[in-house]
Amino acid sequence: MKLSLGPILYFWARHTIEDFYQQCLNSPLDIIYLGETVCAKRRSLKPSEWIELARALSESGKQIVLSTLTLVEAGSDLSSVKQLCKNGELLVEANDFGAAQLMIEQQLPFVAGPSLNIYNANTLKLLHQKGLIRWVMPVELNANTLADILSDAQAFGIADHIETEVFSYGRLPLAYSARCFTARYRNIPKDNCQFVCQNYPEGLPMHSQEGEAFFTINGIQTQSGRVQNLLPHWLQMQQLGVDIMRLSPQSNQMQEVIQEFNNHIRKDSQSIDNQAILDGENCDGYWRGSAGMDKLKTLP
Amino acid sequence: MKLVCPAGNFPMLKAAVDHGADAVYIGFKDDTNARHFAGLNFNDGTSQKAIRYAHGKGCRVYVAINTYPQPAGWARWQKAVDVAARLGIDALIVADSGVLAYAAETYPDLPLHLSVQGSATNIEALKFYHHQFGIKRAVIPRVLSMAQVKQLAEQSPVELEVFGFGSLCVMVEGRCLLSSYATGESPNTCGACSPAKAVRWVETPNGTEARLNGVLIDRFGSGEKAGYPVVCKGRYQVAGDTYHALEEPTSLNTLELLPQLQKAGIKAIKIEGRQRSVAYVSKVVKVWREAIDQCLNSPETFTPRAEWMAALASVSEGTQTTLGAYNRPWQ
Repeated sequence: MKLSLGPILYFWARHTIEDFYQQCLNSPLDIIYLGETVCAKRRSLKPSEWIELARALSESGKQIVLSTLTLVEAGSDLSSVKQLCKNGELLVEANDFGAAQLMIEQQLPFVAGPSLNIYNANTLKLLHQKGLIRWVMPVELNANTLADILSDAQAFGIADHIETEVFSYGRLPLAYSARCFTARYRNIPKDNCQFVCQNYPEGLPMHSQEGEAFFTINGIQTQSGRVQNLLPHWLQMQQLGVDIMRLSPQSNQMQEVIQEFNNHIRKDSQSIDNQAILDGENCDGYWRGSAGMDKLKTLP
Repeated sequence: MKLVCPAGNFPMLKAAVDHGADAVYIGFKDDTNARHFAGLNFNDGTSQKAIRYAHGKGCRVYVAINTYPQPAGWARWQKAVDVAARLGIDALIVADSGVLAYAAETYPDLPLHLSVQGSATNIEALKFYHHQFGIKRAVIPRVLSMAQVKQLAEQSPVELEVFGFGSLCVMVEGRCLLSSYATGESPNTCGACSPAKAVRWVETPNGTEARLNGVLIDRFGSGEKAGYPVVCKGRYQVAGDTYHALEEPTSLNTLELLPQLQKAGIKAIKIEGRQRSVAYVSKVVKVWREAIDQCLNSPETFTPRAEWMAALASVSEGTQTTLGAYNRPWQ
């Protein structure tokens, strides 16, 4: 089982981003995805600077993947995506079929990000024939569906040529809009957003009127209120044929999270502190085939 | 510019056809379409009757098979495509790439439209679906501004259809999982958003509570009109403020944009609402038929009539309408 670090979903300052990745270089991660995947207006790093950073990080021996914008609307959004797709060297994670098309045109391999809708092996096969070498399962699918997809992929003779990655830790990316909900909260128009999402390095919590953490506002993206944590399911994932567990960056204690995952999947699988996971604001409902927000109730 | 109208059952289809729809779209009675609601949609027999009626009056029929099959259901989606193809329909509306590939290979003469659930918002995504499956038309998500729609239409390799009226999705369609996060069922997986079986209404001293799988989506005081608890249209707390944090209960209405949409080369306007009623379809289709005809005759002088706007507001969520993302300030 490999460990990957997903793209930073929040708007962090440039020096924070650079410091964060420096720390990650010394961590047991195998793969690091980077790039702006949420809002094209965020320019802590321009696309060319993401590519530069990615090249520098790739000298570490870790696999570095450039991750593209998810909701691509304006022509300028597409230019940024094109720049990443045509970087000439590094692998690209396509988060929209537009980016997939740009990779297919160049006959280059690509990773399908979690927002590229792959719900069955027929779609997986089709994209594999066009260059897909790895896919991140859509976050709303469950363990049984994944088992079915991988079994069909086996029957199609493609399973051994494709890596499967599962979003295993972090607030779940659930939706994207033309509207910026952080700007809406601050009562300012998106066209003059003043980059207010910079003030919320882990997003802006949205509670029900009873105080239940329901969603998290992150600019144009809506995330889960709870943190999905699939660490207690890692062995089942391995048995199903999952190759990579993805950890999504949070601003606090991310290095500790990476260490914890590493300790359990590589060293001592018996030592997972399930009680701490049970006590926290964590969820694993999607994996178990129920509502995504459902908390882990019984230990697997 | 053609008018594409919803038909959740035969009486609605008849109403749409009789009030001037150029095309109607229907779904089958299962989770292969994005309006998988109890009591709605068509079986083999009713769809044949529907197609006879529509074709007899020169109206086209599209079948929506626009959810995303998982392996356990694959055969059902495949069968839906087979059934639709044999019915002699005018186009299939599809979202999933696997289903598109199956339809394109098995029925090369059957026109394919990319569903809004296919989530194509840019020219490269449209090229993907066009190159891979030869789609004839794409329904574009309700996230683009008018300027972006124009730009896309200039470059698009396929016809574009846009939403004109109906319930407003605030999130880009096909990539919204809010409903399954709360209930386990989403438009992509089950053809349902905020499904009725997960809704519970509770009378309390503080007002009427609308709950979705137990989560309080909104609470309505005695004078307030209680709207259906769609997950993105609830009132939530953000840093102490309680408000419609994502969107108010409101419907999309682009009537005033008709001349611009026509000028941009948009081929069809879609009306949302297969889950609504015969009265809704009759009223909305009548207004849009008149408006499109007037716009086609005299685009320069076209302005929406007050009675049209009033009629549309009367069947809108929260009796209010918005231009949504077409209008930059909304964003």
